Amino acid sequence: MSRIDDTLRELRSLDSFAALPNTLTRLDPRAKILATFFYIAVVVSFDRYTILALLPLAVYPVILAALGDVPPSLIARKLLIASPFALMIGIFNPLLDRAPLVDLFGMDIAAGWVSFASILLRFALTVSAALLLVATTGFHRVCAGLNQLGVPRILTTQLLFLFRYAEVLAGEASRMGTARELRACGRRRLNLGVYAGLLGHLLLRALERAQRIHLAMLARGFDGEMRGPHQLAWRRTDMFFLVLCAACFALARSIDLPRALGHILLGALP
Amino acid sequence: MSRHLIEARGLTYRYPDGTLALSDISFRIGHGEAVAVIGGNGAGKSTLLLHLNGSLQSGAGEVRVADLPVGNATLTQIRNAVGMLFQDPDDQLFMGSVFDDVAFGPRNLGLPESEVAGRVNDALATVGARHLAGRPPYRLSGGEKRAVAIAGVIAMAPSILVLDEPSDGLDPAARRRLINLLRSFSHTRIVATHDLDLVLDLCSRVLVMNRGRIEADGKPQAIFTDTELLARCQLEPPLSWQRRS
Repeated sequence: MSRIDDTLRELRSLDSFAALPNTLTRLDPRAKILATFFYIAVVVSFDRYTILALLPLAVYPVILAALGDVPPSLIARKLLIASPFALMIGIFNPLLDRAPLVDLFGMDIAAGWVSFASILLRFALTVSAALLLVATTGFHRVCAGLNQLGVPRILTTQLLFLFRYAEVLAGEASRMGTARELRACGRRRLNLGVYAGLLGHLLLRALERAQRIHLAMLARGFDGEMRGPHQLAWRRTDMFFLVLCAACFALARSIDLPRALGHILLGALP
Repeated sequence: MSRHLIEARGLTYRYPDGTLALSDISFRIGHGEAVAVIGGNGAGKSTLLLHLNGSLQSGAGEVRVADLPVGNATLTQIRNAVGMLFQDPDDQLFMGSVFDDVAFGPRNLGLPESEVAGRVNDALATVGARHLAGRPPYRLSGGEKRAVAIAGVIAMAPSILVLDEPSDGLDPAARRRLINLLRSFSHTRIVATHDLDLVLDLCSRVLVMNRGRIEADGKPQAIFTDTELLARCQLEPPLSWQRRS
């Protein structure tokens, strides 16, 4: 099957973990949203040459994935898909910032390489935290939580539409891809003219379908607002989760744990 | 005035590109009637259906539902009264679970969540899909999707059902279940279809469309024996009437 099909299935599979019964999915989405924002803020706030001090923060996505029964391989694949963005942002650092910064086993490592690695690490941490938020909460509930936190409805409705129509677009693209493949007689390469035609066609078809979906929504009384079942209830466990996360992140931010650990271990040596 | 009445007077519609899609359509459909709209491809069936709940509004003529004219001012009332089943159930199913999808309409009506749950469960039970409530719609089979889409429409408690090709893409057993289900409804039903055997089983009246006009309006028996009319409108007698040669 085409790669678009696989991607589509993965997009859906990410959302499907939210239906699993576990501690994490039962939490109020607001608790998870706030924890994720705080996490991202902490990760981003470090100095640009930081690597080691960031490592303890990797515990958070690992625990989240374990509690939420989300396979790490799925998150890893999605990170890989998004990684070109991070690579593009960091790729020139080693060229521009050549001052030696670290001495690793007798080799000088340029500051640019260190900041590049730091960017990649931060990317992996923040994006996996966000992915896990969606995976353990479900897109609809994330949006409901955002609403409750004061994000304007028009914005969350747009997000829901984006989520919904991405699927429509991918579905159309996958059907067209299959149709082309069947008549391409084994020719892998797509010439530019065909490609342009396909894209134009895709736009028109997706627009048409989007219109039909919109009509179907209007026919069932849609008035610009997505109403969910999501009566959110803030419980003690939510508060506990949020406070615990915040405390851990604050600790990781204020104390360089790996260095402290190193001091303790080395200090213990005679 | 009956809530179940629907009427078109001199309905005419041109597509933005100038093609005449509907031309001077008039009919009146009464309480509890099951009426088929048949005709070849491009005869204007779907376009007509879209007018019945105000999805399209024409330049000339009017549609009245329960004696309310269809227009922007009455759109909410009209859409509460007229339930519309679209041809492709995938266009209609967009929430994360079957329950949420069926609940989409009732929630838009502003009902409290307890009543929404009641309506959803009733609607799912009516179409025999209670067991699907927790499933994501895209994992369902074609027949299940159709059933859930119908549940989504009847959960809004409309008095008139408008169905576009309801038996399209169903296997014979699912099609039979659908026909039995539609027969059991007391709603006024308007069905656009190519499935003329379904018409025989379900409808007491047939509107034949051709090139945007209503060519004939009568009982199925009379319509399906008029071979000249059927040929002119790109139709044939129902398959169950055709002898294998």
